[in-house]
Amino acid sequence: MATSVNNELLTRPDTTSGRVISSSKLPDEVKGTTRVRRSHRQIRTENVFRRTLTIVGLVMVVLVLGIMITLVVQSMPSIRSLGAAYLWGKTWDPVKDVYGALPFLIGTILTSFLALAISIPFSFSVAIFLGEYYPKGWFSDLLKNTVELIAAVPSVIYGFWGLAVLVPIVRSFESSIGANSIGYGIFSSSLILAVMIIPYAASLGRSMIQMVPANLKEGAYALGATRWEVIRSVILPYTKSGLFAGVLLSLGRALGETMAVTMVIGNTSIMPTSIFSTGNTMASVIANELPEADKTIYNSALIELGLVLFLVTVAINMIGKRVISRFTNE
Amino acid sequence: MESTIVKSVNYNAYFGENHVVKDVNIEIPRNNVIAVMGPSGCGKTTFLRGINRMHELIPGATAKGKILLNGEDVMEMHPIFVRLKIGMVFQRPNPFPNLSIYDNVIAGYKLNGIKLPKAEKDKIVEHSLSRVALWKEVKDSLTKKGSFLSGGQQQRLCIARAVAMEPEVLLFDEPTSALDPISTSTVEELFHELKKNYTLIIVTHNMQQAARVSDRTAFFYMGELVEYDVTKQMFTNPKDTRTQNYITGRFS
Repeated sequence: MATSVNNELLTRPDTTSGRVISSSKLPDEVKGTTRVRRSHRQIRTENVFRRTLTIVGLVMVVLVLGIMITLVVQSMPSIRSLGAAYLWGKTWDPVKDVYGALPFLIGTILTSFLALAISIPFSFSVAIFLGEYYPKGWFSDLLKNTVELIAAVPSVIYGFWGLAVLVPIVRSFESSIGANSIGYGIFSSSLILAVMIIPYAASLGRSMIQMVPANLKEGAYALGATRWEVIRSVILPYTKSGLFAGVLLSLGRALGETMAVTMVIGNTSIMPTSIFSTGNTMASVIANELPEADKTIYNSALIELGLVLFLVTVAINMIGKRVISRFTNE
Repeated sequence: MESTIVKSVNYNAYFGENHVVKDVNIEIPRNNVIAVMGPSGCGKTTFLRGINRMHELIPGATAKGKILLNGEDVMEMHPIFVRLKIGMVFQRPNPFPNLSIYDNVIAGYKLNGIKLPKAEKDKIVEHSLSRVALWKEVKDSLTKKGSFLSGGQQQRLCIARAVAMEPEVLLFDEPTSALDPISTSTVEELFHELKKNYTLIIVTHNMQQAARVSDRTAFFYMGELVEYDVTKQMFTNPKDTRTQNYITGRFS
């Protein structure tokens, strides 16, 4: 008992100020009592430990800043020579040194938002099912683990499945509705992406729904509401900002996903004319063309795409985090 | 003799294996205030939540026996209909935070998908808020959110919300335990008004409150209904020694 009390005395300065009083300045009563002795070496160890953690933390920050600086520096040639016209140029023809990123911006926006639209009904259903309807039991455990697994599967596997299964299905669907039957393209990419981004909105939505106070739900049940009415009138209004944040996180993932999309989108650099067109996203064109971009300006134009993608996903993630923290602080 | 409105016959409630309400038989007369008291964990709240079938919302909770409302067994009815006839007010005021005061009062109608003309809604809101002595205080701020009100006002808003559905019975689960003394006495005064139109069943662990507000008192101990009598009789001349011990403060 005495030991623990004295330990607390010794370590208390850490918890309040975040630093340990240096051993030479330790007041006598803190150094120890007749029963507990702490050597100066132990206290120095604590200092080393704290410094190590700080350095590791700083390395992470520097790393991300470094990535951003590299992106900016490497895209400078392109920014200088192409200017803002780069963003709305419709033609991408490296042979003639014409670099317009609009087809890829459109490709990215189309695939991501189409994927979002397809995935939202699924992710919200899973969130409501796991958060409110059946939070416990073997089937919810199975569903929860499966959804989490979706996020863990490497994206090249999705790409492979897309090539082997989805593209032929989409191809026959396209020929049945009279569209150009290629199979590859924006629609196939959106379907793959929709599956891949379900876990993000679903698991955030589930935890938000579980946070709805029980007494609100009971208040509604006591007024004769059915479960669906409680979900619609109490749970969804209460969690709407949290669900929105989940959708943003899903969107951030969809915008940046590279491998699976590259494998099924068809990789053409012309403006897509419909959701069944082939195309490229910002991420897929970088993955496809960077290895063979031998000219400085070509290389730089691709890296500028990366910079745009980086900034957009960072912005979306930050907005998402803001919404979540506002929601959880309320 | 007053007519019986609620009657339980061999009512038992369980949480999984845990037998929390044991063979309760009780007859509750119309337009009375019934206090249900007893030490913590004696099953009084579980019994109350059994009356409007809220008990079974908790996973693993089950119940046996009958609870008759006007002679009809609520265990055989759909819970939704039961809860429309038997309103409930909870321990902590729980107005819906996303709704205005006005919408909170008619939340029951909204939740049940009933569309009423504006004039009728206005009438229900004014009537219900007047019943809980809140109309004068909030009539100029009906569009404000319910969470702007004080704790006591919020609790009266929740009573108004239950009253708006015109139930026959109102259940109160320790309705004043989260309120300050002044709000508590306002709510207690309400009980005298409300019993003209409704039958009130109030769970309380506050003996003085039971003595002040109720016509009859039920004493629960270890899941059993130990004693049930006219309040005055119960507090002056309890028949069971356990009741006597509880009232004299030998255990709580």
